[in-house]
Amino acid sequence: MKKLLTILILLFSSLNLLAQNNDIEMADRLREDGKIYIVVICIVIILFGLLIYLFLLDKRLKLLEKKSDPKN
Amino acid sequence: MHRIWWKILAAVLVIYTSIAGLLLEVPRLAILNETIRNLYFHVPMWFAMVVLFTISVWYSVRSLSTQSEADDIRAVESANAGIIFGILGIVTGAVWAKFTWGQFWSFDPKQNFAAISLLLYFAYFVLRNAIDEEQKRAKIAAIYNIFAFPMMVVLLFVLPRLQDSLHPGNGGNPGFNSYDLDSRMRMVFYPACLGWILVGYWVYTLRFRTKILENKQL
Repeated sequence: MKKLLTILILLFSSLNLLAQNNDIEMADRLREDGKIYIVVICIVIILFGLLIYLFLLDKRLKLLEKKSDPKN
Repeated sequence: MHRIWWKILAAVLVIYTSIAGLLLEVPRLAILNETIRNLYFHVPMWFAMVVLFTISVWYSVRSLSTQSEADDIRAVESANAGIIFGILGIVTGAVWAKFTWGQFWSFDPKQNFAAISLLLYFAYFVLRNAIDEEQKRAKIAAIYNIFAFPMMVVLLFVLPRLQDSLHPGNGGNPGFNSYDLDSRMRMVFYPACLGWILVGYWVYTLRFRTKILENKQL
């Protein structure tokens, strides 16, 4: 009887631990909904990179336009 | 080069892949889950890079025989545009790896060799900028580029296959082609590749035209 009780207590304590583990806050949001947010992050990285690149190119062209302005 | 239809096509294809890539059905796979949709965005980056580097090596070979400055500029500007896509590919790959392999950088052969091949092309730009004399610079850079291109192909497509790698298509790890990339995914994947390659080519032509104007100013 004592053994059985110990086993039961141990069993429940381990269950308790599992429940606690689930309460701990982790960055699960990014893995929610089948990790779809990872795809979103990657699309944002690509758009961000290409847009920054375009702005830099634009700056270069603006400089050229300023230089080739006949007024100067 | 100044015709507009292929630019519109590029825009339409890229918009189509962003919409269809997020909405259409994909195979349900463990661990990958929805991130398999990254195939439409991460992989075309590399395709665009390889195409731009191919254009670059083509003009490098040409510039050796024609000695023309325009060919040299074409070679360097397409490499310049290609490296942007390589960087975007490696960054998106690292993010994808974090959530499927567990780490941003797990020193996987594919990741390492991709980084080395990018470094090869960084060395190309460093080499160019180190030489002041134009004729000499064009010649030495063209020869370096001709050596760098097959190295890049070997590093990206041969060596990772000879080792154990987590990346699909390498080291006994079957690629998406074998069973994952079904016909539904092909409907988005191929337009995505074509679209991003066209966008890359567009960036290259913009860079080339800007550079020609800049040289005229000098």
